[in-house]
Amino acid sequence: MSGIGSALLNSLDIGLLLFIIAVGLNIVFGVLNIINFAHGALYMLGAYLAFTLINIVGMPFWAALLLAPLGVAILAVLIDRFLLRHIYSRDIADSLLLTFALLLIINESVRMIWGSGIQVVQPPQLLAGSMDIMGSSIPTYSLFVIVMGLALLAGLWFLFNRTRIGRIMRAAALDRDMAEVLCINTRLVVTGVFAFGAWLAAVGGVIAAPMRALDPGMGDKIIIESFIVVVIGGLGSFPGALLGAIILGLIHGVGGRYFPEVNMLLPFLGMALVLLFKPNGIMGKGAAA
Amino acid sequence: MKIKILWALLALVIVGLIAVPWITSYFYIFIFTEILILGLFAASFNLIFGYTGMLSFGHAAFFGIGSYAMALVLIHLEWPFVVGLLLSMGVSALLALIIGFFCVRLNEVYFAMLTLAFGMMVFAIAYQWRSVTNGSDGLAGFSLGSFGLGLDLTLANPAVYYHVVLAIVVIASAVLYLVCRSSFGMILRAIRQNPERVSFAGLNVRTYRLVAFVIAGSFAGLAGGLMAPFLRVASPELLHWSMSAEPILMAILGGTGYFLGPFVGSAVFVLLETWITSFTESWMLVLGIILALMVIFFRKGLLGTVLDWWMEIKK
Repeated sequence: MSGIGSALLNSLDIGLLLFIIAVGLNIVFGVLNIINFAHGALYMLGAYLAFTLINIVGMPFWAALLLAPLGVAILAVLIDRFLLRHIYSRDIADSLLLTFALLLIINESVRMIWGSGIQVVQPPQLLAGSMDIMGSSIPTYSLFVIVMGLALLAGLWFLFNRTRIGRIMRAAALDRDMAEVLCINTRLVVTGVFAFGAWLAAVGGVIAAPMRALDPGMGDKIIIESFIVVVIGGLGSFPGALLGAIILGLIHGVGGRYFPEVNMLLPFLGMALVLLFKPNGIMGKGAAA
Repeated sequence: MKIKILWALLALVIVGLIAVPWITSYFYIFIFTEILILGLFAASFNLIFGYTGMLSFGHAAFFGIGSYAMALVLIHLEWPFVVGLLLSMGVSALLALIIGFFCVRLNEVYFAMLTLAFGMMVFAIAYQWRSVTNGSDGLAGFSLGSFGLGLDLTLANPAVYYHVVLAIVVIASAVLYLVCRSSFGMILRAIRQNPERVSFAGLNVRTYRLVAFVIAGSFAGLAGGLMAPFLRVASPELLHWSMSAEPILMAILGGTGYFLGPFVGSAVFVLLETWITSFTESWMLVLGIILALMVIFFRKGLLGTVLDWWMEIKK
């Protein structure tokens, strides 16, 4: 395959993985109006739980993909019930600070449980190696990431547009008091949405585990990436998360290949430009901040 | 009466700080130097956070650029220390003017995100512009020359350097305090509480925010200029967003409502770090738990909670 082709494919698989993670951050912001700084830490927790389930317990990858995110979602319910409920009515800065505290706690717990060294998860047999498509070999796992990303995208679209739960979530995002008047249990919605966001982060973590080495700093890296994605696309916007993820994927995939001397600068430059000219993001709506 | 007691207490603390090299071990000279520098960094941050109500996630850009400015001056120009400090402040103020010009247009989350983006851009430049900044290794190997102002000081001696830092931090804090107490400072507090009303009163909120941002940036640069000779290196970590998180933590720990809160926060932060890391590696875990408790239950911080309680009892 030509250089640009593989760079584009690489961008797409980075982008869709970022989408899975960032969309969770965005849904939580949209409905709860909090920025979850610990979102990256939950992603990391998903990856490490998968590592334990696969390498220590000996489960197949698919079981880990099912169980690890579930475990993280349960933890998220506890976080919501015991910590976040104190600050929902406060300034948004407080949610940033409290979830930052959570990030420190989870990061350090991971370091204590799994050590600071690098851990590796092998992809399942089915997804190892590479496939020949149109005369060029493509890693099978990249295709799997792309398929998973698209499947989750379709699933989320269906959830938000075609189901009652999705409508309730959107109603709570628009006007929580009004939703409550209409007999929607918003406490339950808040907990559910936070757990769902955490579940998405952890799914991203399990999917990322066989592609990237696991280390206790991986959550910090991904949270900044997710911030870039949601800011570029638009805070709280669902299609924005996809667009932002694809753009950041392109910046990494293409920019990293052709402009290596400024590849660290580009994502932040993109983020700053969007904030300056369209503070609500490319797909964002409503009045400017 | 109570105010007088507080001033007396503060004077006592400063006398205690002056005496540190004679009454404590060599090790604590370094600890207290760090507390003072980071305290000034956190106090400068609190001018925009606690007073003006802007949560910046990129304050390390000014701290770090101050460090780099000082390191470059010491390596290439060998100018006196005081000139290096003034240059650190100037460079940071200029950078704060540029970054602030864009950032003060935005509010809340958007402001936090844009300062984060700019901060990380400065980090990325320092990391990748190897010919000037020496990349990830940072600038090291500079020697401390003369102090300037005709004073003959051996800056390489930690005790002397500690006293220099103490004097500069006290002077800088006094200036910052006067800024906070001035009518300008009162307008900043009004902006935090209700920006609309301030702008209805005919004041340009953006200009006030920008001036506060530049003042905060220049004092962060001063703290950075003190940090480079202390660490003997100016490295990209000083510019990273995790460095921007430190003054936030310190301000929250000590309390954002009082001028000295960030200094108390800095002292608690550095001392706890020193003591806790001496018997366990999970200092960040303890810090996370403390921070969570502070945010949920003691949002006024240690100093704020204690002072408010003390001012309440028997008038």
